[in-house]
Amino acid sequence: MAEVRLINVNKKFETAWTRRRATGESAGVLAVNQLNLTIQDGEFLVLLGPSGCGKTTTLRMIAGLETATTGQIMIGDREVNQLPPGDRDIAFVFQFYALYPHLSVIDNITFPLRAQKLPPDEIKRRVERVARLLRIDHILKRRPNRLPSGEQQRVALGRAIVRQPQVFLMDEPLTNLDASLRAEMRVELKHLQQELGTTMVYVTHDQTEAMSMSHRIAVMNLGVLQQVGTPLEIYNRPQTLFVANFIGSPPMNLIPARLHDGRQIASEDGPLRLDLNGHRLQADSAQDGDRKVLLGVRSEDMHLADETDAADVSGVVTVREPLGDETIYQVETEAGALLVKTPPRIVRQPGDRVGLTIDRRRIHLFDRATEHSLLV
Amino acid sequence: MTTLEINHLSKSFGRVQALNDLSLGVHSGEFLILLGPTGAGKTTTLRCVAGLEKPDSGMISMGGARIDGLSPAERDVSFVFQSYALYPRKTVYENMAFPLRAREMPADAMRSRIQDVAAKLRITELLQRRPAQLSGGQQQRVALGRAMVREPRMFLMDEPLTNLDFKLRVEMRAELKRLQKELGATFFYVTNDQVEAMSMADRIAILSQGVLQQIDSPETIYTRPANLFVAGFVGSPRMNFLDCVFDPAARALVADDQTWQMPLSPVQLNTLERSASGGYVLGLRAENVEPVWESAPGVIPGQVYVVEPLGDRTLVDIKIGASMIKAKVPPTFAAQTGESLGVRFDHDRFSLFNKSTGEVVL
Amino acid sequence: MVASNTGSSSIGQRLLFWMALGIVFIFFMFPLYWILISSIKTRAEVTDRVPSFFPFIDFQPTLTNYQELITGETVESASGVQASGSRAEFRDRLINSVITAGISTVLAVGLGTLAAYAFSRFRIPASNDLQFFILSTRMLPPIVVLIPIYIFFTDLKLQDSFAGLIILYTSINLPFVVWMMKGFFDEIPVEYEEAAMVDGYSRLEAIWKIVIPEAIPAMLATAVFSAITAWNEFVFANLLNRNYASTVPPYLNSIVGVGAIEWGRVAAGSVLFVIPIVIFTYLVRNHLLRGVTFGAVRR
Repeated sequence: MAEVRLINVNKKFETAWTRRRATGESAGVLAVNQLNLTIQDGEFLVLLGPSGCGKTTTLRMIAGLETATTGQIMIGDREVNQLPPGDRDIAFVFQFYALYPHLSVIDNITFPLRAQKLPPDEIKRRVERVARLLRIDHILKRRPNRLPSGEQQRVALGRAIVRQPQVFLMDEPLTNLDASLRAEMRVELKHLQQELGTTMVYVTHDQTEAMSMSHRIAVMNLGVLQQVGTPLEIYNRPQTLFVANFIGSPPMNLIPARLHDGRQIASEDGPLRLDLNGHRLQADSAQDGDRKVLLGVRSEDMHLADETDAADVSGVVTVREPLGDETIYQVETEAGALLVKTPPRIVRQPGDRVGLTIDRRRIHLFDRATEHSLLV
Repeated sequence: MTTLEINHLSKSFGRVQALNDLSLGVHSGEFLILLGPTGAGKTTTLRCVAGLEKPDSGMISMGGARIDGLSPAERDVSFVFQSYALYPRKTVYENMAFPLRAREMPADAMRSRIQDVAAKLRITELLQRRPAQLSGGQQQRVALGRAMVREPRMFLMDEPLTNLDFKLRVEMRAELKRLQKELGATFFYVTNDQVEAMSMADRIAILSQGVLQQIDSPETIYTRPANLFVAGFVGSPRMNFLDCVFDPAARALVADDQTWQMPLSPVQLNTLERSASGGYVLGLRAENVEPVWESAPGVIPGQVYVVEPLGDRTLVDIKIGASMIKAKVPPTFAAQTGESLGVRFDHDRFSLFNKSTGEVVL
Repeated sequence: MVASNTGSSSIGQRLLFWMALGIVFIFFMFPLYWILISSIKTRAEVTDRVPSFFPFIDFQPTLTNYQELITGETVESASGVQASGSRAEFRDRLINSVITAGISTVLAVGLGTLAAYAFSRFRIPASNDLQFFILSTRMLPPIVVLIPIYIFFTDLKLQDSFAGLIILYTSINLPFVVWMMKGFFDEIPVEYEEAAMVDGYSRLEAIWKIVIPEAIPAMLATAVFSAITAWNEFVFANLLNRNYASTVPPYLNSIVGVGAIEWGRVAAGSVLFVIPIVIFTYLVRNHLLRGVTFGAVRR
């Protein structure tokens, strides 16, 4: 169990000299850009972002499978930049499990322990405990490639857990499972981490996974850390447009608007008018004059009004998506196409004229130029 | 008016029975989605309709006439592949022109048709590019465009959105649905993503191991699933399943481990008394499970296992006896692992399945 | 990704790299160089105990060897013995080589590609066994079948003919073509043809319009390898076509001669012989790379 700290970490992948000469490309790709992140002892932290954002590279740097170009990586109170992966006391779970195909399940799990030269009864004790914990005691003698993916996944986890490392590192381990198994494993993994209390750094591009399992989420894009916070902090107060767009399904409605004198919001198109009551602007934002902004409203914070007159904005229903436990309507309004999430009992058909109201307590405001949140 | 009739279709590949006596119909102008897990036989069905696969037995008719003997070219259907299958050496324009050339359409008519479709799909600027230069979403539209230029009787689509990233998929769902209504075309669409099916289909046909499970509107499938498979496949999170037996003396369903009871109405009692069965499975959706802090009569005691805050809602996994139940609660709900938390079931909104056959009873 | 991605290499590492490259280069190119300079040496120079390496510096180059080969005239040798070969024999042999290698390559690639397509797209009974059988013929050393082929060919009156050698070379190259092209067709998603069929084309039209254009790089790559095999083939050419339709490799062997060995002329003949195949490979070089790596590199 240990704290993991990344201090001013950069990672640049050099393009081969020959290729640079041939194509005139620049010197390389900055995969990770000035990353400063502290993962607390015993925390389940998820690195979340689209492919290419640098999350896997960051994980691999913590593991020692990649070396940082500049910056420090600390595990506990040791600086580990120069240490090979085997000496860092970490366990890595790969996306494709990487189970040794020629070894049985129990041999796969004991393999890392034999490298550590533990006494045989200690090994036996740990393996039994892990097998019971992960419910794989009935398949210990089998070969991994004959097992269904859910069980392979648990063997991979077992191999990591049995080492009792300071930190678990996981690279999208659930991506290859089908939807229902994924939902099940999310719950199991979360519970397991809570029981073991070991620090866990987990990489995924699936925001549901991130929200469901983590203590905190670190959202990354193009090598830059966008925001770190608890799932609800990230969901309720995204600090950048990227985070607002990335988390939440369906994506947040973003309405181009103007902020007048730091108090009134008026949409660029259409009659939408809001007062900024009950919200505080960031300290450094200028208060006077007009400011180009994007008003963000999540689809569940937009409601169908009872009468069209009382609405903030009105329009025509173009698409109706009944999802069972809720329905999503796409409404074409003067302020643009807006998505509204409603309980299933409310039914409207494409072509119906509807009015929409916005929950004033749950709006978001972003500067159109900087893409940063203006609200605290 | 194009209707599709599939009658008693069977097809096996070696020892694997892909389709097993499948019969279903697609109405004209309908968006019908064939839904099922991988290997259910959905793609095989679609390919049989397109003429890319020959069924072992059964009949396929379109618009009232049999099409079994026709080659793919003669069936006048469009097929959108999961991998799009855009001709790699041709420009986007050429890709869309290719099917029209087979019909020897005059050049002017062809050009105007292609430009119409390109405008509708917003790919006009891409007409001179090659597929390799396009993003996934753009390739998708081109594949759609190639299907649309022919104005076919029916559009066959094989998981066309699977290779797109999440955000794009959500956008394309709405767009596909709008497009279908605009064109007034018949869409026969295959997917393994139940959210996709629910959001786009007029009717959903659920397939498992080559056998049709249920064919109904999305709402009906969600609220009145015909069997355990459908109930467990559609709806996220998955429906809670609890083993139980019918206790006539208690006039209720009783859990196998005695942890809860579900009282029954006279009508329900009647139905159950007539269908004597050993075991049942109670199906409750997460939104019909209500967590309750205080113990009271009718509240089933339990313990919090895991709390999943998803932003717009929170899921709480609660251990009840030996079973695990998921409850859907508002995002403001707070609970910790290990806390004692009871649940109440919604007596009006549950399904009951025969444990051995899986068929719905109530 | 390689773990050691720690920035540009040092001067020392780069120097070592270029030195190693230089050594390998010399190791492979030296024989070629030697042949090249031998071909422009006089008979006396070539057989001299002391080797000379640089034209104009160590020795005076001469084009006599080339002249003699091309025109067929002989120059009086030091020992008075005339070198073997009649008028313009080399030129005739070269033409024969082009004919046999050319036609057999076209046949091998054409037939092999069709067979490969069938193996790839259709469900052929005992397909794996058939493919192995085809490939197994490549495992035979030619010497093993030398005598049976000789008897077989002479019975059919195929010796000393173009047809005989062409048939033989085609069958030698077919396994390789089928193997390479099948792997290639397996890589091309069948969806392209299916899309074309749904769009309104027959299967043959779909193949012609969509698959063949894709297949051309691979076909050219296999053509190069087949051509090289047929071009350099010595054993069977030497045995079967002694009197007529003979190719260059046996000829180069024969002018080694008795008594004074005409190394200069052999070298010149080799250089001339290599040129056509080098030209062919050069012309298709862009397609070659794509065709060879197609099956190996996965996206």
